[in-house]
Amino acid sequence: MNEIYFDHSATTPVLPEVVEAMTAYFTDYYGNPSSLYQTGQRSRQAVEAARQSVADLLGADDPKEIIFTGSGTEADNLAIKGVAAAKAKRGNHIVTLAIEHPAVIEPLRHLEKQGFKVTYVPVDKSGIADPAEVVAAITDKTILVSVMLANNVIGTIQPVGEISRQTKARGIALHTDAVQAVGNIAVKVNELGADLLAVSAHKFHGPKGIGALYVRKGTRLDSIIHGGGQERGKRSGTENVPGIIGFAKAMQIAEAERQVKAARLISLRERLVKGVLDNVDEAIYLGDPVRRLPGNACFSFKHIEGESLVLHLDMMGIAASSGSACASHSLEPSHVILAMGYSAVAAHGSLRITMGRATTEAEVDKLIDVLPGIVARLREMSPFSAEATAETFMAEFGGEEHAHDH
Amino acid sequence: MYSEKVMDHFSNPRNVGEIADPDGVGQVGNPVCGDVMKLTIKIEDDKISDVKFKTFGCGAAVATSSMVTELVIGKTIEEALAISNKVVAEALDGLPPQKMHCSNLAADALHLAIEDYRAKQKAK
Repeated sequence: MNEIYFDHSATTPVLPEVVEAMTAYFTDYYGNPSSLYQTGQRSRQAVEAARQSVADLLGADDPKEIIFTGSGTEADNLAIKGVAAAKAKRGNHIVTLAIEHPAVIEPLRHLEKQGFKVTYVPVDKSGIADPAEVVAAITDKTILVSVMLANNVIGTIQPVGEISRQTKARGIALHTDAVQAVGNIAVKVNELGADLLAVSAHKFHGPKGIGALYVRKGTRLDSIIHGGGQERGKRSGTENVPGIIGFAKAMQIAEAERQVKAARLISLRERLVKGVLDNVDEAIYLGDPVRRLPGNACFSFKHIEGESLVLHLDMMGIAASSGSACASHSLEPSHVILAMGYSAVAAHGSLRITMGRATTEAEVDKLIDVLPGIVARLREMSPFSAEATAETFMAEFGGEEHAHDH
Repeated sequence: MYSEKVMDHFSNPRNVGEIADPDGVGQVGNPVCGDVMKLTIKIEDDKISDVKFKTFGCGAAVATSSMVTELVIGKTIEEALAISNKVVAEALDGLPPQKMHCSNLAADALHLAIEDYRAKQKAK
């Protein structure tokens, strides 16, 4: 077990209060919400109360606008494939960002194979999209704009509200993947102007296997999972009652704690960033320093391969992640860091630290303490270090992308 | 994900460094892919008397580099040439499937170092 957990963007521990709220729905109140008798209706009432709570927390006008799904990924798939199917006659073009999560990129790639056209709008070096560029990509065939609220790698917050004013004026649906945002920053559907918004409970101390899609009334959406017609026909399958209860409970706690937690995490993040940049040579802090999630700090270290770094940290009881090719299933370096204009080498050397509600100053200091030694050890082993100079650093890190050839 | 042997060689790599006046040098890999290995060898009486490595890469890349140095010290050139990437991976009790292709290049670096040695001998 890792003593220090710096991977809150991957997942979070379920809070005991959340487990407690869920438990009875596994064993005592096990009824199917679709059943007419009392045990079933007890489940139905609990699910609808949870739906109302989630709707309120997102600032939705109506609980009917919340559809529970099996994950954040499924919510993104439902939004994208659901709108594409419902609007296929009107147009075949979708606009998104180059730095979206695979839960958005991969459904879009799937649609491209079926004849849809997708524009992947780039981001600047700070990892933020220009709303004017997103709007400029809209054509008379555009049926959906999908822009993530907060990035999962570098934590940058995207200008969703500015974009939605334009999509609304043009009558185009706007989807936002808010999986990393909920529980960390304010997420209100009307302030954002989102027509669709994806959430996942396990990112804010809820259980895994439960997500939700907000669908604004009047947004046309086809189902992608057909069956018994649950979730107003948009997502068939018997409701995950304990998961839904846990989702609502975790979100209530996360929202109640959010502002105090954010202020604390921003201060810890600034301490970490200063500590790392002061103590490790040739390190860069990736992503906008201000417009980012409170708990996210992402770095790149010259001549370091991220998986090796993560393994060394793990041996010291510290859990973190990397955008290195070797650390991914795909063996591709992080598309997010490449999209910001950094080289594949910089992406290989990346380290993502994501802090959460239990992160302490002592944990941050421990990381600042051990990191320089690990980096030095890996650099000593690196065949590049001998010829390394500070002057070549930025050139190499900011350099043109080379052909990626395995 | 990794075997105990891989983690042993990753956390305590053998023969890290560079031989100052090597008889052969072999470098493989591509920084874009994320794995580069450089092997330097010393040869005495047709036997590999010393070998050192420097590697930029993941856990598998470091472990295979370390393992190949352990396998090859004291071996004749012919014996060294018989060591393949597969032999190295097996000596480590296997590698995850996705690592077999891009991170398992240490034997290639060894063979290049031997080729380099032979080319230098011919030139003499």
